[in-house]
Amino acid sequence: MKKFIILLLLLLPLSVFASESVHLQDADIDLSDNASLERGAKTFVTYCLGCHSAKHIRYKRIAIDLKISDEEVLKEIAPVGAAIYDQMHSAMNGHDANKWFGTEPPDLSLIARSRGADWLYSYLKGFYVDKSKPLGVNNVVFEDVGMPNMLWQLQGLQTPVYKNTAEGEAKVIEKLEIEQPGTMSPEEFDKTVNDLVNFLVYVGEPVQLERERLGKYVLFFLAMFLVIAYLLKKEYWKDIH
Amino acid sequence: MIHEDVNTSKRQFLTTALSVVGAVGAGYLAVPFLSQMQPSAKAMAAGAPVEVDISKMEEGQLLRVAWRGKPVWILNRTPEALKTLSAVESQLADPSSDESVQPTSSKNAVRSIKPEVFIAVGLCTHLGCSPTFRPEIAPHDLGADWQGGFFCPCHGSKFDLAGRVYRGVPAPTNLDVPPYRYITDTQIIIGEEEEKTA
Amino acid sequence: MKPTRIEACCNWVEKRFPMSKLWNDHMAQYYAPKNFNFWYFFGSLALLILVNQFITGILLTMNYKPDAKLAFDSVEYIMRDVDWGWLVRYMHSTGASAFFIVVYLHMFRGLIYGSFKQPRELIWTFGMLIFVCLMAEAFMGYLLPWGQMSYWGAQVIISLFSAIPVIGDDLSLWIRGDYVISDATLNRFFAFHVIAVPLVLIMLVFLHIVALHEVGSNNPDGIEIKESKDPWGHPVDGIPFHPYYTVKDIVGVGVFMFFFATIIFYMPDMGGYFLEHANFIPADPLKTPEHIAPVWYFTPFYAILRAVPDKFAGVIAMGGAIVVLFMLPWLDRSPVKSVRYRGGIFKKALVFFVISFLALGYLGTQPATYGAVIAARIFTAIYFGFFLLMPIYTRWEKTKPVPKSLTHTPSLEERIPAIKATLAEMVVTTEVTTTDGRTTSQIKPNPAGIKAVLIRFAKNLKASLE
Repeated sequence: MKKFIILLLLLLPLSVFASESVHLQDADIDLSDNASLERGAKTFVTYCLGCHSAKHIRYKRIAIDLKISDEEVLKEIAPVGAAIYDQMHSAMNGHDANKWFGTEPPDLSLIARSRGADWLYSYLKGFYVDKSKPLGVNNVVFEDVGMPNMLWQLQGLQTPVYKNTAEGEAKVIEKLEIEQPGTMSPEEFDKTVNDLVNFLVYVGEPVQLERERLGKYVLFFLAMFLVIAYLLKKEYWKDIH
Repeated sequence: MIHEDVNTSKRQFLTTALSVVGAVGAGYLAVPFLSQMQPSAKAMAAGAPVEVDISKMEEGQLLRVAWRGKPVWILNRTPEALKTLSAVESQLADPSSDESVQPTSSKNAVRSIKPEVFIAVGLCTHLGCSPTFRPEIAPHDLGADWQGGFFCPCHGSKFDLAGRVYRGVPAPTNLDVPPYRYITDTQIIIGEEEEKTA
Repeated sequence: MKPTRIEACCNWVEKRFPMSKLWNDHMAQYYAPKNFNFWYFFGSLALLILVNQFITGILLTMNYKPDAKLAFDSVEYIMRDVDWGWLVRYMHSTGASAFFIVVYLHMFRGLIYGSFKQPRELIWTFGMLIFVCLMAEAFMGYLLPWGQMSYWGAQVIISLFSAIPVIGDDLSLWIRGDYVISDATLNRFFAFHVIAVPLVLIMLVFLHIVALHEVGSNNPDGIEIKESKDPWGHPVDGIPFHPYYTVKDIVGVGVFMFFFATIIFYMPDMGGYFLEHANFIPADPLKTPEHIAPVWYFTPFYAILRAVPDKFAGVIAMGGAIVVLFMLPWLDRSPVKSVRYRGGIFKKALVFFVISFLALGYLGTQPATYGAVIAARIFTAIYFGFFLLMPIYTRWEKTKPVPKSLTHTPSLEERIPAIKATLAEMVVTTEVTTTDGRTTSQIKPNPAGIKAVLIRFAKNLKASLE
C-alpha cells in the first residue's frame, strides 16, 4: 500500500504537466532602465494606442517614474492633444472597434500581469503569414489571433518552417523565417519589442521598483525588532525551569 | 520557580527598547494608512488648472466655473460697480485684505489683476456655503445701504463686489482669490500663479 | 501618601469597570503550561492577521466601488492613484492567504496534541465555526475585485447549490439575486464581506477565547496542568501568560511579520497563488478562462468536489469534508490527547492524512486530467478514512503511559550543538595550501557521513511512528 502511494506521488507531476504549451522566449526586463522604458512608451503610443488603451496609467505618472519633465512627456510620448494628468486612452471608441474587429481591443494596463512578459515578447515576435486567416496572419503563441501584426513594417514578414512529421499528423512549426525583411534588422527589432514589453511590465505595476526599494528598509527594521524581542524573551524565560 | 536574582535593569532596558522600536514601527505603518486618505492622483487631476475664455462675457455678468470641485466666480464688473468699492470701504472688516487669502498680484484695492475682471472662490469664509450674487442696489431685504455684492444665505455674511467682508457678520475674512493668470487678453487660467517677472 | 493623578484616574475607572480583574484573569494571572512549542504561536498570529484584515479592509472600502461597472477599475485606482493604496491592498490580499496558512497550522496543532478532546470540545467547535466564517469571508471577498477568476469562481461555487434536490435551483438564484453572477451579487457579497460576516467572526473569536480561558490551554504533552497545584493554588506546571507568553508571542509576531513583509514587498502575487494571473483581466460574462482554479486555500476541498463523479454527491463530499472536522472531538476515542503518547496506528494515519491533504491541495490547482482525478479519489478516500475510521483505531491501539507532569523537550536553541555536529558529520574539511602560500580549508560533502545521517534519520522516524 505504502509503496503504491509513493509511486503514485512520483507519477503525479508527470500526469498533470503533460499538457504544457509552446515554449516561450525570454524577455529581458529591467524596470530601472528609464531609457528603455521611454523607448517602449514611444513605441506603445505609435503602434498600440491607436486601438488599445492603457487607461490605468497617467502621463504624469510616467513623467515622475521615468524622471522626465511633463513637457517632454507631452511632446515626445503622449499623442497630440493629451493633457499631463490624462490617462492613456485610445483614440478608437468601443463601438467602432466592435464593428471592425468584432470585439473591443482589450485595455493593456494589466496585460503584463495576466499574460507575463515572456508571453508578450514571444507573441509580438511570433506573427507569421497565413493566407487562410481573415487577417492574413497567425501567431505561434496565440492561435487564430484577431489582431494584425502592427510591427510588420519593422520586422518584415515571417513564414513558418514546419517540422518533418508523418503523414496525417498535425503540422508543427519548428521556427519562423523572415521572408521579406523589414526596416529593422532582427537584433534591432528584438530590442524594440523588448523595450515595449519592458514598458508594459512597468505599466502593469508602476510601483514595483518603489515597492522593492522600500522592502529592504522594512525587512531591516523588522530584523532589528526581532533581535530585541528575542533578547527580551530570553531574559524573561531565564525564570522558567 | 522564579529566580531571586532577576536582572531587573536589563529587563527594563530591553522592554523600553522593544517598546520604542515597536512604537516607531507603528508610527511608520500609520503614515501609509493615514496618507491613503489624502487626495488621490485622480483628485489631483481634477484639481488641475482650468482655462476660461472670457471674451463672450457681458458687462455685469457672473460666470461660474469649477476648480478643484469648488465654484470659482468670474465677475465682469461695470464701471459703476467699481465706484461702489471705495464708497463702502468704511463698513468693511478688512478693506486692504491684509488678513485674507489672495495672490500678491490681486492684493490691491479692487482685488484683481485687471480691475473689471474679478475672480474669487465662491465659498463663504465662515463655514463654506456658497453666497448668492446680489448686484442690485438697496433691495428691500438687504437694506438701503446695500451697494451690490454677495450675500451668504446660511449665516448672513455680506461681501462687497470685491469679495470683501462687511463688519459685524460671522465670516472672518474676505473671499479667497485663487491663483490665476492671463494667457491672452481674454483667456484666463485658474490654478496657476502669474509668473514673476523680475 | 497622596495618590498621583494617574492613580486617581485609574481608581475612578476601577470602581466602575473591572479593569485590573480582567487583566489578571486573562493575562497576568492566567496560567498557561510552560512547555508550549512553536505550534502555539499560530493562535496569537491569527488574531494579529484578523486585526490587519480589519484595518486594511476599512481603508480599502474607502476607495472601492461595489458596482459591476466600476469595481475592477476602482481596485486598480487603489493600486495606482491612491497614496499607498498598493500597500494597503497587498496587505489585505496577502493577509487573506496568511490567515489560512496560520489557521491551518493552528488546526493541525489542535489535531496532533488533542486540543479538541474533552474538556475542550466547545473551543474546537467555535474554532471550526470561525474557519467556516473565514471561508465565506474569503470566498465573498474574492468576488470583489471583479476579475475573470472572481467572476467564474463565484459562478462555479454558487452553481454547487443548484445540485441540492428540489430547492437547489431556486436557492442558487436567491443567492445570486440574478440568473448569473451580476451587479446584484457583487453588491450583496460586498455587504456580507465588509459587515455581516466580520461581526459574526468577532463574536466567534470572543467565544473561542472565553471558552479557552475557562478550561485553560492544552499542551504538547496533553496533560491537564490544573490537576497538580502548588500551595498557593497555582498549577505547578503553569506560568503566568503575561509576561512569559506575551514576550514569547512577540517573537512569533516578529518572525511572522518578517515573512509577511517579504511577500508583500517582493512577491505579492506569489507566482499566481495569492493573486491569480487571470484575475488581472476584468470579468467577462461571455468568456470563461481556460482553466479555473480557486485560490490555494480552497483547493483541497475543490479537489474532493471534482473527485466525485456525481454533481450532488460531489457537493455532499465537499461539505462532508468540513463536517467531519466538526465531529472530530467525538470521533476520537483515544484515552490520551497528545500524539506523543498515542500508538503507531494513529501516527501512521496522521502521516497519510497530511500527505493526502497536501496532495489534494495540489491537485485542486491543476486541470482535471484522468490521472489527476484518479489520484484525487484515492486521497479523498484517505482523507475520509482518517476521520471515519478514527473511532475504531483510536480505541484499539495501545497507548503509551502519560507522565504525571510536563516533560522537557529541547528548544531550538538547545538543539544548535547537535545540529552543528550533524552538519560536521556530513562534510569533510580539508586543509589546502594554495599556490601563493595561504592555507584555506575546503569543505566537501562526505557521502559516508550523509548516508549515516540519513539512515539514522530514517530509523528515528520509524521508531517515532511505532
